[in-house]
Amino acid sequence: MKYVIAIIQPDRLDEVLRRLEEKEIHLVTVTSVVGRGRQKGIAEVYRSHKEAGSLLRKTKLEIAVNDTFVQPTIDAITEGGRTGAIGDGKIFVVDMDRCVRIRTGDEGPEAIG
Amino acid sequence: MADAPAGAAPAPAGVAINSGDTAWILISAALVMLMTPGLAFFYGGLVRRKNVLSVLMQCMTAICIVSIQWVLFGYSLAFGPDKWGGLIGGLDWVGLSGVGAAPMAPYVDTVPHSAFMIYQMMFAVITPALIIGACAERMKFSAFCIFTLLWSTLVYDPLAHWVWGAGGFLGLNGGWGALDFAGGTVVHISAGMTALAAVIVMGKRQGHPTSISPPHNLPLGVLGAGLLWFGWFGFNAGSALHADSLAVGAFIATHVAAAVAGLTWALLDWMFHKKPTTLGMITGAVGGLVAVTPGAGFVTPMGAIFIGLGAGLFPWLAVTFLKNRLGYDDTLDAFGVHGLGGIWGALATGLVACAAANPAVNRNGLFYGPGGAEQLMTQFKAVCVAVVWSFVMGLILFKVVDLMVGLRVNQHEERVGLDLTQHKEVGYTVID
Repeated sequence: MKYVIAIIQPDRLDEVLRRLEEKEIHLVTVTSVVGRGRQKGIAEVYRSHKEAGSLLRKTKLEIAVNDTFVQPTIDAITEGGRTGAIGDGKIFVVDMDRCVRIRTGDEGPEAIG
Repeated sequence: MADAPAGAAPAPAGVAINSGDTAWILISAALVMLMTPGLAFFYGGLVRRKNVLSVLMQCMTAICIVSIQWVLFGYSLAFGPDKWGGLIGGLDWVGLSGVGAAPMAPYVDTVPHSAFMIYQMMFAVITPALIIGACAERMKFSAFCIFTLLWSTLVYDPLAHWVWGAGGFLGLNGGWGALDFAGGTVVHISAGMTALAAVIVMGKRQGHPTSISPPHNLPLGVLGAGLLWFGWFGFNAGSALHADSLAVGAFIATHVAAAVAGLTWALLDWMFHKKPTTLGMITGAVGGLVAVTPGAGFVTPMGAIFIGLGAGLFPWLAVTFLKNRLGYDDTLDAFGVHGLGGIWGALATGLVACAAANPAVNRNGLFYGPGGAEQLMTQFKAVCVAVVWSFVMGLILFKVVDLMVGLRVNQHEERVGLDLTQHKEVGYTVID
Protein backbone atom coordinates (compact mmCIF):
# COMPACT_ATOMS: atom_id res chain seq x y z
CA MET A 1 0.00 0.00 0.00
CA LYS A 2 1.25 3.44 -0.92
CA TYR A 3 0.25 6.97 -0.03
CA VAL A 4 0.57 9.28 -3.04
CA ILE A 5 0.87 13.00 -2.40
CA ALA A 6 0.82 15.31 -5.38
CA ILE A 7 1.23 19.08 -5.58
CA ILE A 8 -0.29 20.39 -8.81
CA GLN A 9 -1.37 23.62 -10.49
CA PRO A 10 -4.88 24.56 -9.29
CA ASP A 11 -6.18 24.95 -12.81
CA ARG A 12 -5.22 21.35 -13.68
CA LEU A 13 -7.35 19.84 -10.93
CA ASP A 14 -10.43 19.09 -13.02
CA GLU A 15 -8.37 17.35 -15.67
CA VAL A 16 -6.41 15.28 -13.13
CA LEU A 17 -9.60 14.22 -11.36
CA ARG A 18 -11.14 13.21 -14.67
CA ARG A 19 -8.17 11.03 -15.55
CA LEU A 20 -8.08 9.44 -12.09
CA GLU A 21 -11.75 8.63 -12.49
CA GLU A 22 -11.03 7.03 -15.88
CA LYS A 23 -8.53 4.71 -14.20
CA GLU A 24 -11.06 3.87 -11.48
CA ILE A 25 -9.20 5.69 -8.75
CA HIS A 26 -12.03 7.25 -6.81
CA LEU A 27 -10.57 7.84 -3.36
CA VAL A 28 -8.89 11.23 -3.28
CA THR A 29 -8.54 14.08 -0.80
CA VAL A 30 -8.01 17.60 -2.15
CA THR A 31 -6.81 20.68 -0.33
CA SER A 32 -5.90 24.18 -1.41
CA VAL A 33 -2.38 25.05 -0.26
CA VAL A 34 0.31 27.63 -0.77
CA GLY A 35 3.94 26.75 -1.28
CA ARG A 36 7.26 27.74 -2.67
CA GLY A 37 9.10 26.44 -5.68
CA ARG A 38 11.25 27.78 -8.46
CA GLN A 39 8.26 29.06 -10.42
CA LYS A 40 7.46 32.72 -10.78
CA GLY A 41 3.68 33.02 -10.69
CA ILE A 42 1.33 35.78 -11.72
CA ALA A 43 2.18 38.56 -9.27
CA GLU A 44 -0.71 40.25 -7.53
CA VAL A 45 -0.91 44.03 -7.38
CA TYR A 46 -2.51 46.08 -4.61
CA ARG A 47 -2.87 49.85 -5.03
CA SER A 48 -0.09 49.84 -7.59
CA HIS A 49 2.19 48.05 -5.16
CA LYS A 50 3.47 44.84 -6.63
CA GLU A 51 3.42 41.95 -4.24
CA ALA A 52 6.31 39.62 -4.78
CA GLY A 53 4.13 36.62 -3.95
CA SER A 54 6.83 34.31 -2.65
CA LEU A 55 4.22 31.69 -1.83
CA LEU A 56 2.14 30.43 -4.73
CA ARG A 57 -1.25 28.78 -4.72
CA LYS A 58 -1.20 25.06 -5.38
CA THR A 59 -3.56 22.17 -5.02
CA LYS A 60 -2.60 19.11 -3.00
CA LEU A 61 -3.98 15.67 -3.74
CA GLU A 62 -3.65 12.77 -1.33
CA ILE A 63 -4.46 9.32 -2.60
CA ALA A 64 -4.12 6.00 -0.80
CA VAL A 65 -3.70 3.10 -3.24
CA ASN A 66 -2.91 -0.58 -3.41
CA ASP A 67 0.38 -1.42 -5.10
CA THR A 68 -1.18 -2.28 -8.47
CA PHE A 69 -2.72 1.19 -8.65
CA VAL A 70 0.45 3.19 -7.96
CA GLN A 71 1.57 3.53 -11.58
CA PRO A 72 -1.93 4.32 -12.95
CA THR A 73 -2.23 7.03 -10.30
CA ILE A 74 1.09 8.56 -11.25
CA ASP A 75 0.15 8.37 -14.93
CA ALA A 76 -3.18 10.08 -14.37
CA ILE A 77 -1.60 12.93 -12.42
CA THR A 78 1.25 13.52 -14.85
CA GLU A 79 -0.97 13.32 -17.94
CA GLY A 80 -3.61 15.59 -16.47
CA GLY A 81 -1.28 17.97 -14.67
CA ARG A 82 1.51 18.52 -17.18
CA THR A 83 1.69 21.81 -19.05
CA GLY A 84 5.46 21.67 -19.63
CA ALA A 85 6.06 24.88 -17.73
CA ILE A 86 7.97 25.29 -14.49
CA GLY A 87 5.55 24.92 -11.60
CA ASP A 88 3.66 21.85 -12.78
CA GLY A 89 4.38 20.32 -9.40
CA LYS A 90 5.62 17.09 -7.82
CA ILE A 91 4.41 13.64 -6.90
CA PHE A 92 5.62 11.95 -3.73
CA VAL A 93 5.01 8.24 -3.10
CA VAL A 94 5.43 6.97 0.43
CA ASP A 95 4.94 3.59 2.07
CA MET A 96 1.75 3.23 4.05
CA ASP A 97 1.75 0.93 7.07
CA ARG A 98 -1.91 0.60 7.84
CA CYS A 99 -5.30 1.58 6.49
CA VAL A 100 -8.48 1.23 8.55
CA ARG A 101 -12.05 1.81 7.40
CA ILE A 102 -13.68 3.54 10.32
CA ARG A 103 -17.22 2.32 9.63
CA THR A 104 -16.42 -1.42 9.65
CA GLY A 105 -12.98 -1.74 11.17
CA ASP A 106 -11.70 -3.42 7.97
CA GLU A 107 -7.92 -3.27 7.67
CA GLY A 108 -5.45 -3.47 4.84
CA PRO A 109 -5.84 -3.44 1.05
CA GLU A 110 -9.61 -4.04 1.03
CA ALA A 111 -10.12 -1.01 3.27
CA ILE A 112 -8.71 1.34 0.63
CA GLY A 113 -11.20 0.89 -2.23
CA MET B 1 -48.35 63.00 -17.34
CA ALA B 2 -48.84 66.27 -19.14
CA ASP B 3 -48.93 66.23 -22.90
CA ALA B 4 -46.31 68.88 -23.50
CA PRO B 5 -44.63 69.48 -26.84
CA ALA B 6 -41.21 67.98 -27.22
CA GLY B 7 -38.39 70.21 -26.14
CA ALA B 8 -40.69 72.51 -24.26
CA ALA B 9 -39.11 75.51 -22.68
CA PRO B 10 -38.38 75.40 -18.96
CA ALA B 11 -41.53 75.67 -16.93
CA PRO B 12 -42.88 79.19 -16.59
CA ALA B 13 -42.15 81.26 -13.56
CA GLY B 14 -44.48 80.45 -10.72
CA VAL B 15 -43.95 76.68 -10.84
CA ALA B 16 -42.36 76.03 -7.51
CA ILE B 17 -39.69 73.50 -6.77
CA ASN B 18 -41.09 71.28 -4.04
CA SER B 19 -38.46 70.51 -1.46
CA GLY B 20 -40.15 67.29 -0.32
CA ASP B 21 -40.30 65.94 -3.85
CA THR B 22 -36.73 66.98 -4.54
CA ALA B 23 -35.46 65.34 -1.37
CA TRP B 24 -37.27 62.14 -2.26
CA ILE B 25 -35.84 62.05 -5.77
CA LEU B 26 -32.30 62.60 -4.49
CA ILE B 27 -32.71 59.89 -1.87
CA SER B 28 -34.20 57.60 -4.51
CA ALA B 29 -31.26 58.25 -6.81
CA ALA B 30 -28.91 57.24 -4.01
CA LEU B 31 -31.01 54.14 -3.31
CA VAL B 32 -30.90 53.08 -6.95
CA MET B 33 -27.16 53.74 -7.05
CA LEU B 34 -26.76 51.29 -4.15
CA MET B 35 -28.48 48.60 -6.18
CA THR B 36 -25.47 48.17 -8.44
CA PRO B 37 -23.05 47.35 -5.60
CA GLY B 38 -25.90 45.22 -4.22
CA LEU B 39 -26.10 43.41 -7.53
CA ALA B 40 -22.33 43.01 -7.42
CA PHE B 41 -22.56 41.16 -4.11
CA PHE B 42 -25.58 39.16 -5.25
CA TYR B 43 -23.68 38.01 -8.34
CA GLY B 44 -20.30 37.91 -6.60
CA GLY B 45 -21.48 35.47 -3.97
CA LEU B 46 -22.81 33.08 -6.59
CA VAL B 47 -19.69 32.70 -8.71
CA ARG B 48 -16.63 30.62 -7.84
CA ARG B 49 -14.10 32.15 -5.49
CA LYS B 50 -11.55 32.68 -8.26
CA ASN B 51 -13.98 35.01 -10.07
CA VAL B 52 -15.54 37.00 -7.24
CA LEU B 53 -13.55 40.17 -7.87
CA SER B 54 -14.15 40.10 -11.60
CA VAL B 55 -17.90 40.37 -11.03
CA LEU B 56 -17.57 43.11 -8.41
CA MET B 57 -15.16 44.95 -10.67
CA GLN B 58 -17.46 44.76 -13.69
CA CYS B 59 -20.37 46.15 -11.69
CA MET B 60 -18.31 49.02 -10.30
CA THR B 61 -16.91 49.69 -13.77
CA ALA B 62 -20.43 49.90 -15.17
CA ILE B 63 -21.13 52.67 -12.65
CA CYS B 64 -18.10 54.62 -13.85
CA ILE B 65 -18.50 54.14 -17.61
CA VAL B 66 -22.24 54.66 -17.87
CA SER B 67 -22.26 57.67 -15.53
CA ILE B 68 -19.80 59.48 -17.77
CA GLN B 69 -21.62 58.37 -20.92
CA TRP B 70 -24.87 59.66 -19.41
CA VAL B 71 -23.48 63.12 -18.75
CA LEU B 72 -21.75 63.43 -22.12
CA PHE B 73 -24.55 62.23 -24.40
CA GLY B 74 -26.57 59.33 -22.97
CA TYR B 75 -29.14 61.45 -21.18
CA SER B 76 -29.68 63.55 -24.27
CA LEU B 77 -30.19 60.48 -26.48
CA ALA B 78 -32.70 59.00 -24.05
CA PHE B 79 -34.63 62.04 -22.86
CA GLY B 80 -33.64 64.87 -25.19
CA PRO B 81 -36.15 66.53 -27.49
CA ASP B 82 -37.55 63.92 -29.85
CA LYS B 83 -36.08 63.24 -33.29
CA TRP B 84 -37.33 61.06 -36.13
CA GLY B 85 -40.86 60.47 -34.90
CA GLY B 86 -40.24 58.96 -31.51
CA LEU B 87 -37.10 56.96 -32.30
CA ILE B 88 -34.38 58.83 -30.43
CA GLY B 89 -33.69 61.91 -28.40
CA GLY B 90 -31.75 64.71 -30.03
CA LEU B 91 -28.36 66.06 -29.09
CA ASP B 92 -29.68 69.30 -27.58
CA TRP B 93 -28.71 68.27 -24.06
CA VAL B 94 -25.24 66.93 -24.81
CA GLY B 95 -22.95 67.59 -21.88
CA LEU B 96 -26.11 68.36 -19.91
CA SER B 97 -26.30 71.79 -21.44
CA GLY B 98 -29.66 73.25 -20.51
CA VAL B 99 -30.33 70.57 -17.92
CA GLY B 100 -30.61 72.77 -14.89
CA ALA B 101 -32.59 73.88 -11.91
CA ALA B 102 -35.93 74.43 -13.62
CA PRO B 103 -38.40 71.54 -13.87
CA MET B 104 -38.79 70.05 -17.33
CA ALA B 105 -42.16 68.98 -18.70
CA PRO B 106 -43.32 66.32 -19.23
CA TYR B 107 -40.81 64.57 -16.98
CA VAL B 108 -40.94 66.51 -13.74
CA ASP B 109 -42.98 69.47 -12.60
CA THR B 110 -41.81 70.05 -9.04
CA VAL B 111 -38.15 68.98 -8.96
CA PRO B 112 -35.14 70.33 -10.83
CA HIS B 113 -34.50 68.81 -14.23
CA SER B 114 -30.99 67.93 -13.08
CA ALA B 115 -32.40 65.83 -10.21
CA PHE B 116 -34.42 63.82 -12.73
CA MET B 117 -31.28 63.41 -14.82
CA ILE B 118 -29.17 62.01 -11.96
CA TYR B 119 -32.03 59.73 -10.89
CA GLN B 120 -32.33 58.32 -14.41
CA MET B 121 -28.56 57.92 -14.57
CA MET B 122 -28.69 55.24 -11.90
CA PHE B 123 -31.14 53.21 -14.00
CA ALA B 124 -28.85 53.47 -17.00
CA VAL B 125 -25.99 52.24 -14.80
CA ILE B 126 -27.60 49.13 -13.37
CA THR B 127 -29.12 47.87 -16.63
CA PRO B 128 -25.91 46.80 -18.40
CA ALA B 129 -24.61 45.55 -15.03
CA LEU B 130 -27.49 43.06 -14.96
CA ILE B 131 -26.17 41.43 -18.13
CA ILE B 132 -22.97 40.48 -16.29
CA GLY B 133 -24.92 37.61 -14.77
CA ALA B 134 -25.03 35.83 -18.11
CA CYS B 135 -21.38 36.39 -19.07
CA ALA B 136 -19.82 35.85 -15.66
CA GLU B 137 -16.67 33.77 -15.25
CA ARG B 138 -15.59 33.90 -18.89
CA MET B 139 -15.75 37.42 -20.36
CA LYS B 140 -12.65 39.50 -20.98
CA PHE B 141 -12.61 42.71 -18.98
CA SER B 142 -11.70 44.82 -22.01
CA ALA B 143 -14.60 43.30 -23.95
CA PHE B 144 -16.91 44.08 -21.07
CA CYS B 145 -15.91 47.74 -21.04
CA ILE B 146 -16.43 48.19 -24.79
CA PHE B 147 -19.67 46.25 -24.78
CA THR B 148 -21.08 48.27 -21.90
CA LEU B 149 -20.42 51.57 -23.62
CA LEU B 150 -21.86 50.37 -26.95
CA TRP B 151 -24.88 48.70 -25.40
CA SER B 152 -25.80 51.70 -23.26
CA THR B 153 -25.58 54.01 -26.24
CA LEU B 154 -27.15 51.86 -28.95
CA VAL B 155 -29.66 49.74 -27.04
CA TYR B 156 -30.57 51.30 -23.70
CA ASP B 157 -30.75 54.96 -24.68
CA PRO B 158 -33.09 54.43 -27.66
CA LEU B 159 -35.30 52.03 -25.70
CA ALA B 160 -35.52 54.43 -22.76
CA HIS B 161 -36.54 57.12 -25.23
CA TRP B 162 -39.24 54.94 -26.78
CA VAL B 163 -40.85 54.19 -23.43
CA TRP B 164 -40.17 57.25 -21.28
CA GLY B 165 -38.94 60.00 -23.58
CA ALA B 166 -41.18 62.86 -24.63
CA GLY B 167 -42.64 61.68 -27.95
CA GLY B 168 -41.25 58.14 -27.61
CA PHE B 169 -43.40 55.79 -29.65
CA LEU B 170 -44.13 53.11 -27.02
CA GLY B 171 -44.97 55.01 -23.90
CA LEU B 172 -47.45 57.33 -22.29
CA ASN B 173 -45.80 60.52 -23.52
CA GLY B 174 -47.46 60.53 -26.92
CA GLY B 175 -46.91 56.84 -27.83
CA TRP B 176 -48.90 53.61 -27.82
CA GLY B 177 -49.65 53.94 -24.13
CA ALA B 178 -47.72 50.93 -22.83
CA LEU B 179 -47.53 51.01 -19.05
CA ASP B 180 -44.02 50.74 -17.66
CA PHE B 181 -43.91 52.46 -14.32
CA ALA B 182 -40.28 51.99 -13.37
CA GLY B 183 -38.53 50.10 -16.12
CA GLY B 184 -39.68 46.52 -16.54
CA THR B 185 -39.32 46.87 -20.28
CA VAL B 186 -36.45 49.31 -20.48
CA VAL B 187 -34.33 47.77 -17.76
CA HIS B 188 -35.25 44.16 -17.15
CA ILE B 189 -36.54 42.82 -20.44
CA SER B 190 -33.73 44.55 -22.30
CA ALA B 191 -31.01 43.27 -19.96
CA GLY B 192 -32.57 39.81 -19.79
CA MET B 193 -32.88 39.39 -23.54
CA THR B 194 -29.38 40.67 -24.17
CA ALA B 195 -28.27 38.15 -21.55
CA LEU B 196 -29.82 35.42 -23.67
CA ALA B 197 -27.91 36.73 -26.68
CA ALA B 198 -24.77 36.64 -24.54
CA VAL B 199 -25.06 32.97 -23.65
CA ILE B 200 -25.71 32.12 -27.30
CA VAL B 201 -22.70 34.04 -28.61
CA MET B 202 -20.27 33.22 -25.79
CA GLY B 203 -21.11 29.58 -25.22
CA LYS B 204 -20.68 27.57 -22.07
CA ARG B 205 -18.01 27.78 -19.43
CA GLN B 206 -15.49 24.94 -19.35
CA GLY B 207 -16.86 22.04 -17.37
CA HIS B 208 -20.48 23.18 -17.60
CA PRO B 209 -22.69 21.69 -16.26
CA THR B 210 -21.03 18.75 -14.51
CA SER B 211 -17.94 20.17 -12.85
CA ILE B 212 -18.86 23.70 -11.88
CA SER B 213 -18.52 24.34 -8.14
CA PRO B 214 -21.56 25.69 -6.29
CA PRO B 215 -21.83 29.37 -5.23
CA HIS B 216 -18.70 30.20 -3.26
CA ASN B 217 -20.29 32.55 -0.72
CA LEU B 218 -24.06 32.49 -0.36
CA PRO B 219 -24.04 34.91 2.58
CA LEU B 220 -22.62 37.53 0.16
CA GLY B 221 -25.47 36.67 -2.17
CA VAL B 222 -28.02 37.25 0.60
CA LEU B 223 -26.37 40.57 1.46
CA GLY B 224 -26.59 41.59 -2.18
CA ALA B 225 -30.22 40.54 -2.50
CA GLY B 226 -31.03 42.52 0.65
CA LEU B 227 -29.34 45.62 -0.76
CA LEU B 228 -31.21 45.17 -4.04
CA TRP B 229 -34.52 44.88 -2.20
CA PHE B 230 -33.71 48.04 -0.21
CA GLY B 231 -32.57 49.98 -3.25
CA TRP B 232 -35.61 48.88 -5.23
CA PHE B 233 -37.80 51.19 -3.12
CA GLY B 234 -35.96 54.05 -4.76
CA PHE B 235 -36.26 52.39 -8.15
CA ASN B 236 -40.03 51.89 -8.00
CA ALA B 237 -41.40 54.33 -5.44
CA GLY B 238 -39.02 56.99 -6.69
CA SER B 239 -40.48 56.60 -10.16
CA ALA B 240 -43.59 58.39 -8.89
CA LEU B 241 -41.32 61.46 -9.11
CA HIS B 242 -43.23 63.04 -6.23
CA ALA B 243 -43.27 62.25 -2.53
CA ASP B 244 -46.97 61.42 -2.69
CA SER B 245 -49.52 58.65 -2.31
CA LEU B 246 -48.51 57.17 -5.66
CA ALA B 247 -44.98 56.68 -4.33
CA VAL B 248 -46.45 55.02 -1.25
CA GLY B 249 -48.53 52.68 -3.39
CA ALA B 250 -45.51 51.73 -5.50
CA PHE B 251 -43.48 51.20 -2.33
CA ILE B 252 -46.09 48.82 -0.93
CA ALA B 253 -46.56 46.92 -4.19
CA THR B 254 -42.80 46.51 -4.53
CA HIS B 255 -42.38 45.08 -1.07
CA VAL B 256 -45.40 42.77 -1.29
CA ALA B 257 -44.43 41.31 -4.66
CA ALA B 258 -40.87 40.59 -3.48
CA ALA B 259 -42.12 38.87 -0.34
CA VAL B 260 -44.61 36.72 -2.25
CA ALA B 261 -42.14 35.75 -4.97
CA GLY B 262 -39.37 34.86 -2.50
CA LEU B 263 -41.72 32.64 -0.54
CA THR B 264 -43.14 31.11 -3.72
CA TRP B 265 -39.71 30.05 -4.99
CA ALA B 266 -38.72 28.63 -1.61
CA LEU B 267 -41.96 26.65 -1.41
CA LEU B 268 -41.50 25.31 -4.94
CA ASP B 269 -38.00 24.17 -3.97
CA TRP B 270 -39.44 22.58 -0.85
CA MET B 271 -42.09 20.69 -2.79
CA PHE B 272 -40.01 19.59 -5.74
CA HIS B 273 -36.43 19.46 -4.41
CA LYS B 274 -37.17 18.39 -0.82
CA LYS B 275 -35.70 21.49 0.90
CA PRO B 276 -36.36 25.23 0.78
CA THR B 277 -33.10 26.82 -0.35
CA THR B 278 -31.59 30.16 0.59
CA LEU B 279 -30.52 30.72 -2.99
CA GLY B 280 -34.06 29.99 -4.15
CA MET B 281 -35.53 32.43 -1.65
CA ILE B 282 -33.30 35.33 -2.67
CA THR B 283 -33.61 34.55 -6.38
CA GLY B 284 -37.37 34.53 -6.07
CA ALA B 285 -37.39 37.81 -4.17
CA VAL B 286 -35.28 39.47 -6.87
CA GLY B 287 -37.61 37.98 -9.49
CA GLY B 288 -40.56 39.52 -7.64
CA LEU B 289 -38.86 42.92 -7.60
CA VAL B 290 -38.22 42.61 -11.32
CA ALA B 291 -41.77 41.61 -12.13
CA VAL B 292 -43.45 44.33 -10.08
CA THR B 293 -41.29 47.05 -11.62
CA PRO B 294 -43.50 47.86 -14.64
CA GLY B 295 -46.70 47.74 -12.61
CA ALA B 296 -45.62 49.08 -9.22
CA GLY B 297 -47.51 52.34 -9.58
CA PHE B 298 -50.54 50.89 -11.32
CA VAL B 299 -51.61 47.99 -9.11
CA THR B 300 -53.22 47.39 -5.73
CA PRO B 301 -51.50 45.33 -3.02
CA MET B 302 -53.63 42.35 -4.09
CA GLY B 303 -52.47 42.90 -7.65
CA ALA B 304 -48.90 42.87 -6.35
CA ILE B 305 -49.52 39.50 -4.71
CA PHE B 306 -50.72 38.16 -8.05
CA ILE B 307 -47.62 39.51 -9.80
CA GLY B 308 -45.40 38.05 -7.09
CA LEU B 309 -46.90 34.57 -7.48
CA GLY B 310 -46.07 34.51 -11.20
CA ALA B 311 -42.67 36.03 -10.52
CA GLY B 312 -41.86 33.10 -8.27
CA LEU B 313 -43.30 30.51 -10.60
CA PHE B 314 -42.17 31.40 -14.14
CA PRO B 315 -38.47 32.11 -13.51
CA TRP B 316 -38.40 29.02 -11.28
CA LEU B 317 -39.74 26.90 -14.13
CA ALA B 318 -37.23 28.43 -16.54
CA VAL B 319 -34.22 28.01 -14.28
CA THR B 320 -35.19 24.53 -13.09
CA PHE B 321 -36.41 22.92 -16.31
CA LEU B 322 -35.94 25.10 -19.39
CA LYS B 323 -32.25 25.79 -18.73
CA ASN B 324 -31.44 22.12 -18.29
CA ARG B 325 -33.57 21.11 -21.27
CA LEU B 326 -31.98 23.62 -23.63
CA GLY B 327 -28.54 23.26 -22.06
CA TYR B 328 -27.61 26.95 -22.20
CA ASP B 329 -25.16 28.31 -19.64
CA ASP B 330 -26.71 31.48 -18.19
CA THR B 331 -24.24 31.62 -15.29
CA LEU B 332 -26.39 33.56 -12.84
CA ASP B 333 -29.76 33.36 -14.60
CA ALA B 334 -29.89 36.91 -15.87
CA PHE B 335 -32.23 35.75 -18.63
CA GLY B 336 -34.36 33.51 -16.43
CA VAL B 337 -34.91 36.07 -13.70
CA HIS B 338 -34.71 39.44 -15.45
CA GLY B 339 -35.83 38.46 -18.94
CA LEU B 340 -38.72 36.19 -18.06
CA GLY B 341 -39.53 38.02 -14.81
CA GLY B 342 -39.65 41.26 -16.77
CA ILE B 343 -41.87 39.83 -19.49
CA TRP B 344 -44.22 38.36 -16.92
CA GLY B 345 -44.36 41.68 -15.07
CA ALA B 346 -45.09 43.70 -18.20
CA LEU B 347 -47.89 41.35 -19.26
CA ALA B 348 -49.26 41.04 -15.73
CA THR B 349 -49.49 44.81 -15.60
CA GLY B 350 -51.94 44.47 -18.48
CA LEU B 351 -53.95 42.10 -16.30
CA VAL B 352 -54.08 43.86 -12.95
CA ALA B 353 -53.47 47.57 -13.61
CA CYS B 354 -56.43 49.57 -12.37
CA ALA B 355 -57.52 53.16 -12.03
CA ALA B 356 -58.32 52.51 -8.39
CA ALA B 357 -54.59 52.23 -7.75
CA ASN B 358 -53.61 55.14 -9.98
CA PRO B 359 -55.98 57.53 -11.75
CA ALA B 360 -53.43 57.86 -14.56
CA VAL B 361 -54.43 54.37 -15.73
CA ASN B 362 -57.00 55.23 -18.37
CA ARG B 363 -57.51 51.63 -19.49
CA ASN B 364 -57.93 49.07 -16.73
CA GLY B 365 -56.18 45.71 -17.03
CA LEU B 366 -58.02 42.61 -18.22
CA PHE B 367 -59.04 41.53 -14.71
CA TYR B 368 -60.66 44.91 -14.04
CA GLY B 369 -63.16 44.95 -16.77
CA PRO B 370 -63.97 46.75 -19.95
CA GLY B 371 -61.18 47.62 -22.31
CA GLY B 372 -58.70 45.41 -20.49
CA ALA B 373 -57.93 43.28 -23.50
CA GLU B 374 -56.82 46.39 -25.29
CA GLN B 375 -54.33 47.35 -22.58
CA LEU B 376 -53.03 43.79 -22.42
CA MET B 377 -52.51 43.88 -26.19
CA THR B 378 -50.60 47.15 -25.90
CA GLN B 379 -48.41 45.60 -23.21
CA PHE B 380 -47.82 42.57 -25.41
CA LYS B 381 -46.78 44.70 -28.38
CA ALA B 382 -44.38 46.75 -26.26
CA VAL B 383 -42.88 43.55 -24.84
CA CYS B 384 -42.37 42.20 -28.36
CA VAL B 385 -40.59 45.36 -29.46
CA ALA B 386 -38.30 45.30 -26.42
CA VAL B 387 -37.60 41.56 -26.73
CA VAL B 388 -36.71 41.69 -30.40
CA TRP B 389 -34.75 44.93 -30.14
CA SER B 390 -32.58 43.95 -27.21
CA PHE B 391 -32.04 40.36 -28.34
CA VAL B 392 -31.07 41.19 -31.91
CA MET B 393 -28.97 44.19 -30.96
CA GLY B 394 -27.35 42.10 -28.24
CA LEU B 395 -26.37 39.45 -30.79
CA ILE B 396 -24.93 42.07 -33.13
CA LEU B 397 -22.99 43.96 -30.46
CA PHE B 398 -21.52 40.81 -28.93
CA LYS B 399 -20.35 39.74 -32.41
CA VAL B 400 -18.85 43.17 -33.06
CA VAL B 401 -16.97 43.20 -29.76
CA ASP B 402 -15.83 39.64 -30.39
CA LEU B 403 -14.29 40.78 -33.68
CA MET B 404 -12.69 43.80 -32.03
CA VAL B 405 -10.99 42.29 -28.97
CA GLY B 406 -12.44 38.81 -28.46
CA LEU B 407 -15.23 38.21 -25.94
CA ARG B 408 -13.80 35.33 -23.98
CA VAL B 409 -10.64 34.87 -22.02
CA ASN B 410 -8.52 31.95 -23.19
CA GLN B 411 -8.99 28.50 -21.70
CA HIS B 412 -6.04 28.73 -19.36
CA GLU B 413 -7.18 32.10 -18.02
CA GLU B 414 -10.68 30.77 -17.51
CA ARG B 415 -9.34 27.86 -15.45
CA VAL B 416 -7.03 30.06 -13.37
CA GLY B 417 -9.86 32.53 -12.83
CA LEU B 418 -10.59 36.06 -13.94
CA ASP B 419 -9.49 37.72 -10.69
CA LEU B 420 -5.85 36.83 -11.16
CA THR B 421 -5.73 36.91 -14.96
CA GLN B 422 -7.80 40.06 -15.59
CA HIS B 423 -7.03 42.09 -12.48
CA LYS B 424 -3.93 40.60 -10.86
CA GLU B 425 -5.74 40.33 -7.55
CA VAL B 426 -7.46 37.62 -5.59
CA GLY B 427 -10.53 37.94 -3.39
CA TYR B 428 -9.30 35.69 -0.60
CA THR B 429 -5.96 34.63 0.79
CA VAL B 430 -5.29 30.98 1.57
CA ILE B 431 -3.32 31.59 4.75
CA ASP B 432 -3.17 34.73 6.89
